[in-house]
Amino acid sequence: MTSQILQLVLGLLAMPAIVLAIILPGELAIRRFPQKRQSSLRPWIWLSPVLALVGLVIAYPLAASIVFSFRDATASKWVGFSNFVWAFGSAMRPVLFNNVLWIVVFPLLTAVLALSAAIMLDRVKYERIARTFLILPTAMSFVAGAVIWKMMYTYEPPMQPQTGTLNAIWTAITGRMPIAWLIDRSVNNYALIVVAVWMSIGVATLILSAGVKNMPRELVEAARIDGAGEWAIFRFVTLPSLWPTILVVLTTQAIFSLKVFDIVYVMTNGSFGTDVIANRMYTELFVKQNLGTASAIAVLLLILASPVIFMNIKQIKSGGGE
Amino acid sequence: MANVNLRDVRKIYNQTQVIHGVNVDIDDGEFVVLVGPSGCGKSTLLRMIAGLEEISDGQVHIGSTIVNDMSPKDRDIAMVFQSYALYPHMTVAQNMGFSLQMRGNAKAEIRIEVEKAAKILDLEALLERYPRQLSGGQRQRVAMGRAIVRNPQVFLFDEPLSNLDAKLRVIMRGEIKALHQRLGSTMVYVTHDQIEAMTMADKIVVMRDGFVEQVGSPLALYDRPANLFVAGFIGSPGMNFLSGRYAAGAVWIGDVRFPVSDLPVSASEGRRVIYGIRPENLAISDDDGLPLVVDVIEPTGAETHVVGHISGQRVIGVFRERFATRPGDVLRVKFDPWKVHLFDQQSEQRIN
Repeated sequence: MTSQILQLVLGLLAMPAIVLAIILPGELAIRRFPQKRQSSLRPWIWLSPVLALVGLVIAYPLAASIVFSFRDATASKWVGFSNFVWAFGSAMRPVLFNNVLWIVVFPLLTAVLALSAAIMLDRVKYERIARTFLILPTAMSFVAGAVIWKMMYTYEPPMQPQTGTLNAIWTAITGRMPIAWLIDRSVNNYALIVVAVWMSIGVATLILSAGVKNMPRELVEAARIDGAGEWAIFRFVTLPSLWPTILVVLTTQAIFSLKVFDIVYVMTNGSFGTDVIANRMYTELFVKQNLGTASAIAVLLLILASPVIFMNIKQIKSGGGE
Repeated sequence: MANVNLRDVRKIYNQTQVIHGVNVDIDDGEFVVLVGPSGCGKSTLLRMIAGLEEISDGQVHIGSTIVNDMSPKDRDIAMVFQSYALYPHMTVAQNMGFSLQMRGNAKAEIRIEVEKAAKILDLEALLERYPRQLSGGQRQRVAMGRAIVRNPQVFLFDEPLSNLDAKLRVIMRGEIKALHQRLGSTMVYVTHDQIEAMTMADKIVVMRDGFVEQVGSPLALYDRPANLFVAGFIGSPGMNFLSGRYAAGAVWIGDVRFPVSDLPVSASEGRRVIYGIRPENLAISDDDGLPLVVDVIEPTGAETHVVGHISGQRVIGVFRERFATRPGDVLRVKFDPWKVHLFDQQSEQRIN
């Protein structure tokens, strides 16, 4: 206990001390320069601790991953592009295909549902309560959410009592065979995507709600007078006005789709044809202990995500609502 | 084109009545201005005509139809909003043609109508631009163009000039009036600016707190305001109000006599009244006028405004002539008795 407190105090003192140790000498050093140079140098002095930290936690691992991706399982010798050849080979193909499925279905499903929710919420009196319910799953960790949904999807053989919520309802209503949600290859990927949608829809709705609220009321009124019905108002006024915001949601969810891990890891661990890039990377690294192939996957993931991330940043910078 | 008739129209929000049984008749082709201070219900009334607000009670007729339960698009009206409400992702041409597109007109036909309206408003060069690329005045014109393309029975304007600077406002005021003369359509125009109302309207409806205070032509309202509120609201600088007592065919403030014309006055002797006189109905007289003690002099070039007091009550005079006077000087002024407005102090209604 006392050693923990000691550590805490040390940490509290050490961090400012390190920052001061960088900034103070820097400040003293630039005093020697003429006034004009000082003001252009000063930001770099003050930014240097942060830049050093960014370098330590982002730039170094990134560079290391790239290097490892060209070396063998234990990073002991160069192997050229063989890790990448493997990554694009038949072993990884179904995994990559699953991510394609995620990247198409997950953002679209989330955006469509969140958009409908945002527009409907705008029209109900008990908006705050409804929105709170929508946002609740977001407060949960993905692991906890995945555990809950694992119970929802639980499958017992036919004629056994169905303990899984969905199968209990399904068999009671239709009287048909229970569905092995997480095993049946025709549904299991979608079953996982539904969990991610459930967990993400709150934030997406929140972002789109802000967009809906920002839309001038007079715009809709003008359209109404111009003879537009509800559908035409949505199609010609609401949707185009919200399009930048929708793009932000779509790109954010696309990035999520690329790196989805926890839901898959907890619910199926990639079995029955549900594996995704990030989970495969985990398997390669910690189960198969192959640093080379794991790093190649990491680099691949980065390359795939980069354009989406740039689009996302551009969209956010342009105001997301202009 | 059509007439618009409001019959005992009421608006109730959560048990609070904000429009109290309004009756107004707007003739075919008339330019009617609804004017009043903010919160008087003029915009709400306009939005009820447009169909954007529900009518709690009473009837709105457009032409020979009761439109209470009709949706805005079926009322055959067009509205110009204060914020213009242009669709930001559509070009000027698309904005103007949107209503026809909604009606399902052919593209070529829409183009012809849009170009026709653009010609009237001098927008031809801007048709392919987006609203964000336009100045305030241009946006305003596009908003009007969108209304014209519809060729509606009634045009509704909701404070369309409030977002423009003073100079542009005067120009657009003239343009809207010219547009009315050219199209001859029925127009209902909401503003809080009495100058806009006076200069543009065939008929003004003055509102306050959800009641119609007076309806009439601009000059009728100016010359014979029905009550103290209208008298004070119309005209700038505002009418002078002096509080006194009516006796022996004149108004007395202390023992100073203020002349009144021979028009019949419905007030008993000794009744407390408000003596109203417009600033331009004061005239400098050489000797026998009332003593106006000068506080402030405001030369505007065309006129001289003199702010002072008579018998301790504030009076503004507007004079055509220029003259040298200083604060503290005493001017002798005469009031034109035929231009005097008398109001009962209690009911605030006109009594002469």
